[in-house]
Amino acid sequence: MAFLTDRKRASGMGSAKEGTQHHWNMMVSSAGLLVLVPLFIFTFGPMLGQPHEAVVAYFARPFPAIVAALTLVVGFMHFKNGVQVLIEDYVHGIMRKVLIIAMICLSYAAAGTGLFAIARIAL
Amino acid sequence: MADVNRGNRPLSPHLTIYRPQMTSMTSIFVRVTGNALLIGALLVVWWFLAAATGPEYFAVADGVITSWFGDLVMLGSVWALWYHLLGGLRHLVWDMGYGLDLDSSYMMGYIMIGGSLVLTLLTIAIV
Repeated sequence: MAFLTDRKRASGMGSAKEGTQHHWNMMVSSAGLLVLVPLFIFTFGPMLGQPHEAVVAYFARPFPAIVAALTLVVGFMHFKNGVQVLIEDYVHGIMRKVLIIAMICLSYAAAGTGLFAIARIAL
Repeated sequence: MADVNRGNRPLSPHLTIYRPQMTSMTSIFVRVTGNALLIGALLVVWWFLAAATGPEYFAVADGVITSWFGDLVMLGSVWALWYHLLGGLRHLVWDMGYGLDLDSSYMMGYIMIGGSLVLTLLTIAIV
């Protein structure tokens, strides 16, 4: 056992065999959001309630557009994995599968919509 | 395998039997805030879509998001974002193998509660 790393001993365990990857994905996306979320709050926040021309002009700039796009995509992928754990804890049977599939679809749909919108404003 | 008895198994004591503790409550609220953020996130996506569509549609979405109800959702979302961020930071610290003792867990819990409130007020002041 002395030659096995902690990661190696955890990989492939559990009923689904992919919990380690799930947890790693959560760690990576949360580390990314740790940087993105404060940037997003202070770029997106001041734009709320601004006139349409001002908003379009602001998000046509690279930095606010890239921050917003990354925050929405990484955020919704983080949500997709997080809400799956929530559902697995409290919902059972066929409803669990239905809800997980619905939430995965919703996450991709929201991320895709946000990305399209920001691309259209920025370009 | 198909004939395995899946019911009638003894369950371990669950939420209802434990006295709420600061550590358990701060942990539960990380889950609550994270998942509740869906509402605010979908509103933000809608706002971006409206901005990309045109001035009239944008006025509708921006009107909703800056109404008293939208303000309430956004205010809650800002606090939820900061709280969940600090909670996630606590998880990353734990994942690295630090702060797993009771004293550190309590201290980080108080930092999450106090820090999220301070950061929310700071956000309101700046934005």
